[in-house]
Amino acid sequence: MADAEKNEKAMEPAADATPNVTEVETVEAATEDAAVAAIEAKVDRGEPILQVRNLVKHFPLTQGILIKRQIGAVKAVDGISFDLYQGETLGIVGESGCGKSTVAKLLMTLETATAGEVFYKGQDITRLSGRALRAVRRNIQMVFQDPYTSLNPRMTVGDIIGEPFEIHPEVAPKGDRRRKVQDLLDVVGLNPEYINRYPHQFSGGQRQRIGIARGLALNPEIIICDEPVSALDVSVQAQVINLMEGLQDEFNLSYIFIAHDLSIVRHISDRVGVMYLGKMAEIGSDTEIYDHPTHPYTQALLSAVPVPDPESREGRERIILTGDVPSPANPPSGCRFRTRCWKAQDKCAKEIPLLAIPERFAGTDSPAAHESACHFAEEKDVVHA
Amino acid sequence: MTITDMPADVPVPRSGEDHGSKLLDVRDLHVEFHTRDGIAKAVNGVNYSVDAGETLAVLGESGSGKSVTAQAIMGILDMPPGRIPQGEIFFRGQDMLKMSAEERRKIRGNKIAMIFQDALSSLNPVLSVGYQLGEMFRVHEGLSRKEAKTKAIELMDRVRIPAAKERVSDYPHQFSGGMRQRIMIAMAMALEPDLIIADEPTTALDVTVQAQVMELLAELQREYHMGLILITHDLGVVADVADKIAVMYAGRIVETAPVHELYKRPAHPYTRGLLDSIPRLDRKGQELYAIKGLPPNLLKIPTGCAFNPRCPKAEDICRTDVPALVPVTEQDGTELPGRGSACHFWKETLHG
Repeated sequence: MADAEKNEKAMEPAADATPNVTEVETVEAATEDAAVAAIEAKVDRGEPILQVRNLVKHFPLTQGILIKRQIGAVKAVDGISFDLYQGETLGIVGESGCGKSTVAKLLMTLETATAGEVFYKGQDITRLSGRALRAVRRNIQMVFQDPYTSLNPRMTVGDIIGEPFEIHPEVAPKGDRRRKVQDLLDVVGLNPEYINRYPHQFSGGQRQRIGIARGLALNPEIIICDEPVSALDVSVQAQVINLMEGLQDEFNLSYIFIAHDLSIVRHISDRVGVMYLGKMAEIGSDTEIYDHPTHPYTQALLSAVPVPDPESREGRERIILTGDVPSPANPPSGCRFRTRCWKAQDKCAKEIPLLAIPERFAGTDSPAAHESACHFAEEKDVVHA
Repeated sequence: MTITDMPADVPVPRSGEDHGSKLLDVRDLHVEFHTRDGIAKAVNGVNYSVDAGETLAVLGESGSGKSVTAQAIMGILDMPPGRIPQGEIFFRGQDMLKMSAEERRKIRGNKIAMIFQDALSSLNPVLSVGYQLGEMFRVHEGLSRKEAKTKAIELMDRVRIPAAKERVSDYPHQFSGGMRQRIMIAMAMALEPDLIIADEPTTALDVTVQAQVMELLAELQREYHMGLILITHDLGVVADVADKIAVMYAGRIVETAPVHELYKRPAHPYTRGLLDSIPRLDRKGQELYAIKGLPPNLLKIPTGCAFNPRCPKAEDICRTDVPALVPVTEQDGTELPGRGSACHFWKETLHG
C-alpha cells in the first residue's frame, strides 16, 4: 500500500510544484477534452491520419546485477518519419531485425518511444495519457502474426472478440455484445454459431480471421498488421488477403501492413516503405518502389525474391548481397547499408544519407523522383529485367 | 467406392528389375499414424524418383505429407506412432524398407543426407559446431577428434563461412540464421552423399539470405553431381531451381511435370489454383484467386478425389472415384514425357 501511494505521488510532480491543485486539474481536464474531441473528429480520405516524425526507440543494454550500468543500446528504430493517409495501405518491408515490428509496437503505444513524435489527427500520442490515450488506442488496433499464440486457448471465441468491449464499454452496451460479436464473425466469414468454440477447434486461416474480428471490434480507423499471413498456407493466404482488402473498403480503414514477403506487400499496398537497420531506406508508391527503385538495398531485396516463373530464371540478373545484417547495437557509421553495398565509397562512411528525393531526379516527374536515402541513388529496374 | 489408383506408370515405367537405373525410386509408399482419434493417413501411395544430378521439388501445403515422405526415405520416422503399411523405397536398386537397421544406418548420412528447416532447433546448442560437423567423420569414417576438426574447418570453408578456423569452436547461437543454415548444409555435404533431401531449407530465412543459401546449394549440387529433393511450399523457389516437380495434396501426388511445363500449363485444378493465388512481384494484380475451403483433415480424407470439396470443377465421379495419376498427353495424343495428373478431368484442365 505504502508503495502504491509513493508511486502515485511520484507520478504527479506537478501537484507538488504548484500551490493550487484544483486549478491545474481543471486545466488538464480541459486539454484532455480537447484532445479527445480532436481524436473523435473525422479525417477526409486522402488526408494524413498518422504522421510519424523522427521516431526513435533504443533498448538499453545493461551490465551488472546490483548496480546496473548502461553499456550501450540496441538502436531498433533510429529516426524514421512517414505519413499514413486515410483509407490507404502503407506497406513496410525489411529483413528480420530491421525494426519493423518495433515501429508497430510504438504506433500502438505498447512501447514508449525514446524520442520523436507520432501525431494521430494532430495529437502526439507519445505524450497522451488517460482518456485521450484510451480514445487513441480504440482507434488504432492490431492484427498479430501468429494466430496460434495470439489467441488465449482458454477463452471462447466470443470472449476473445468481446474482450475489447470490456475495456471500452461505450462502444457496445452489455446486453448488446453477444449480437455484436456474432455480427463480427459474420463479417470475417466465420459461422456466427461458432461463438462458443475455442481457438484449437479452428484452422490457422480461421484463427487469423478471429484475430481480424478482434481488431475490428472497436470500429478502429487504423489497423496495424504485423505479418498477418506469413504463418498461413499459400491457398489460405489469398483468402485472408482478399478478406482484408474487402474490409478496408467496407469500413474505410487505413492499414499499416508489415511483412517480409515483398510480393504480398505489393499486392495490398498503395505505398511502400523499405526499412534497413532501424532507418527508412526508401519510400514511395508501389510502382515507384517496385518498378523504379533507386536505393541499392531495395534493388538487392527485390532481385532476391524468387519469381514463380521458370522462364525468367536464366535471364534474370540477380544481386546477391554478401554477409549478414550488422548488429543494431553497433550499426556502421554513415550509411548503414554501406557494409553490404556494392556502390559504397568514402562518402558513405562519413555522411548519413538523408531520406529525400535524390537531387538528380528532383523536379522531374519521373517515377524515380521519390524519397530515397542514398548518396548515389540511381534508377534500376530489377524486377522486370 | 472403386479405387482406380494403381501404382502409376508416371514418371517411371514400371518394368520389373528396372530399379537400378534410378538413384532413388519411391513406389506406392503409404505412411499412417495411429493416434487416439483414429488413423491419420499422411501418405497414401506416393511414387517418385530422382536421378543423380537432378532436382526434384516436392510442392505442397502443410499436412500434404511431403515431409513425412522424406522422413520415411531417411528412416527417421517415429515408429510408433508411425507405420509404413505398404510401399517400397529403392535406393540404387535396393529396397531400403527391407534392410536391417545397421544397413540403413550406413546409408543414412553417408549416401543420403538431409537438411532440416529450422537450423537453430536442429543443431545441438551445447556442442560446438566443429564437434557436430566432425561427428560425421568420427562415426562413419572413424577419424580421430583432431582429424575430424580439420575436416570440419574444410567443410566450413567450402560453404563459405568466413574465418572458419576461428569459428569452428563457436556454438550455434553465435551464428546468424543464414550461417546456421550453411552449417546444416555443410553437415549434409560432409560425406559427399549421392542424394540430399532439403526440407524447407530457406523458409526461416530472409530473402537476401535465402538467395545466398539457394545459390550455394545449387553450386554444390552441380559440383558433386548429387540428386536433390527439395521440399517446399514456395512456388518462387521451385521455379528457380527445380528440374521437375511433384505436387502433393492430402498424401498423394496430384501432378508431376517438368518445371517449365507446370507453370505454363498446369494439368490439375489444385496446381492451377495455387499458381493463381500467389501475388506477383512484377505486376500489380486485381483480387487474388483464392482456393475456397481448407486442406482436409488427415483423419477423414474426403472420399474420391481428396480435393473435390475445394475444386471448382468437381462432379459426381470426383466424389466417388479416386483418380489415378495418369500420363498426360497433348490433344493429338503426343506424349508429354514426365507429365502426369491425378484428375478425372485433366484433359479439360490442360487443354480447356
